[in-house]
Amino acid sequence: MSAKTDVKNYTGFRTLTFVCLFILYAPLVVVTIYSFNASPSITVWEGFSLRWYGDVFTGPESGKFKAAAINSFSIALIAATLATIIATSAATAIVRGGIFKTRTLSLGLISLPLMVPEIVLAVATLIFFNAVGFTRGYMTILVAHIAFCIPFAYLPIQARMQGIEDTYEQAAMDLYATKAQAFRRVLLPLMMPGIISGFLLAFIVSLDDFIITNFVKGAGVETLPTAIFGSVKQGLKPNIMAISTMLLALSIVMVTLSYVVSKTDNTK
Amino acid sequence: MAGGAATGGSAAADTYKSARHWLLLPSWLVLVLVVLAPVCMMLIYSFLTKEFRGGVIWEPTLAAYDQFFFDRGLFGDDPPKIEWTYITIFWRSIWQAGLATILSLIIGFPTAYFIATRPERTRALWVFLVTIPYWVNLLIRTVSMKFLLRDQGPMNDFLISTGLIDDPLRIVNTNLAVQLGLFYSYLPFMVLPIYASVERYNFAMSEAAADLYATKWTTLRRIVLPAVKPGVIAGCILVFVPSLGAFLAPDLLGGAKNFMIGSLIEEQFKGNAGNWPFGAAAAMVLLTMVLILLMIFARQQRRAEASP
Repeated sequence: MSAKTDVKNYTGFRTLTFVCLFILYAPLVVVTIYSFNASPSITVWEGFSLRWYGDVFTGPESGKFKAAAINSFSIALIAATLATIIATSAATAIVRGGIFKTRTLSLGLISLPLMVPEIVLAVATLIFFNAVGFTRGYMTILVAHIAFCIPFAYLPIQARMQGIEDTYEQAAMDLYATKAQAFRRVLLPLMMPGIISGFLLAFIVSLDDFIITNFVKGAGVETLPTAIFGSVKQGLKPNIMAISTMLLALSIVMVTLSYVVSKTDNTK
Repeated sequence: MAGGAATGGSAAADTYKSARHWLLLPSWLVLVLVVLAPVCMMLIYSFLTKEFRGGVIWEPTLAAYDQFFFDRGLFGDDPPKIEWTYITIFWRSIWQAGLATILSLIIGFPTAYFIATRPERTRALWVFLVTIPYWVNLLIRTVSMKFLLRDQGPMNDFLISTGLIDDPLRIVNTNLAVQLGLFYSYLPFMVLPIYASVERYNFAMSEAAADLYATKWTTLRRIVLPAVKPGVIAGCILVFVPSLGAFLAPDLLGGAKNFMIGSLIEEQFKGNAGNWPFGAAAAMVLLTMVLILLMIFARQQRRAEASP
């Protein structure tokens, strides 16, 4: 086939793809490199050092970061766990509940946090907590995170359940398993990759959230993103690059894990 | 993301039919209480009287919307003129988000097309490479972008050392920086839906066009583009909508001059302005714009499905 009629290849598309990947990764790579800079200035390169990583854990701001990290990780863990349970339960109803009136409505409700702009969601949640008289703090962040994590946990779980034919549960029930047993012993183990993948995505989304957290957090309660934002507002510092690189690595590891797990086939 | 969960797939299986309402209860409870009710509450708040230092007084008024659209002079008794301040901020946001969308399309379409035409076993890896940055903290990505683009940043250092420029490009705190930031934030959203469309495209149609002496670019424009239009529109919506309400890119990269809707809203609740009803009204205007866009989009997609 001559180049002229090779309809799958266009001159320049390959180059633009590499430009695209370059744009996506260049800022992340640059920050990672500079987080290993020995210099206290963010402009001059003075050689490789783990100094700023040490600074994150023992430096003057380490207390703030430690408290923020504990908040961030505990909120992400609880919110992702609850969101995953809620999403699994909802997916079972949607995928294994036949056709019913409120099905489309339920799907719409679950995808609502994805369609409403984040800043609108943040305003709405703040107003809600204010109207019902909740004091802003750890709990308000947690409740908001559970809600917006649900769709992220839901999507891989639904995708997985759709891929599992209901013959497996039917077979179990033919052998006198109750519905609950068929769910716990057959469907749930088969769904595990989807559930783990959903949990990991919900965990990252919670860990990464800035806008909603910034609105519903009380004074004095910080998560890692709000603490980083506060620091960045006073100027870019090398310790922020070190902490960013650590979070970046964590996100990439978790997404890769989620991706690998969701691809595993345990139905054989 | 729009319509991501909108299809539950075929609903033939009904093993847990009897329990379905109990199974849905927790999600309904959380989402109605923490998402739907608050959005309704926000609508109510936008019609209430502001309390200084934040919060509201429960007295209905149109003051927030009036402040948004009309200028009644310093004492509020002049004949109303159109208030341009906020309309300008909205217009700037639409413009910035629009440019970011076009930029994403220019880079995103070729990328999506290229990935979709790779051998099947490497495609997933390409897609994965494009997806990873999306999962990295948006704040960290925006900070990284600022670090890279700074006047004394690595990009300027590199350009000066190669002799391409003599003085650093001053990008941070300009409109361009905001556009680049938005483009960078949401670029993966452009690639993924277009990729999904191109992957389903039947390349025999392109070959037929080529056999009939169409040039490659004519084929792309007249045959491929119309066929993958739903994916292109989906990508544009997925970039445009979050860009419109973005807060981090304009705040960190744009500086005070390049105010967008997100910053305007944030200031009413977090900053010194402290006018909750006005913030709620601005958020309602934004939400209305987004919902209209999503409705047009949903109708488009339905029409595209009806005529394959």
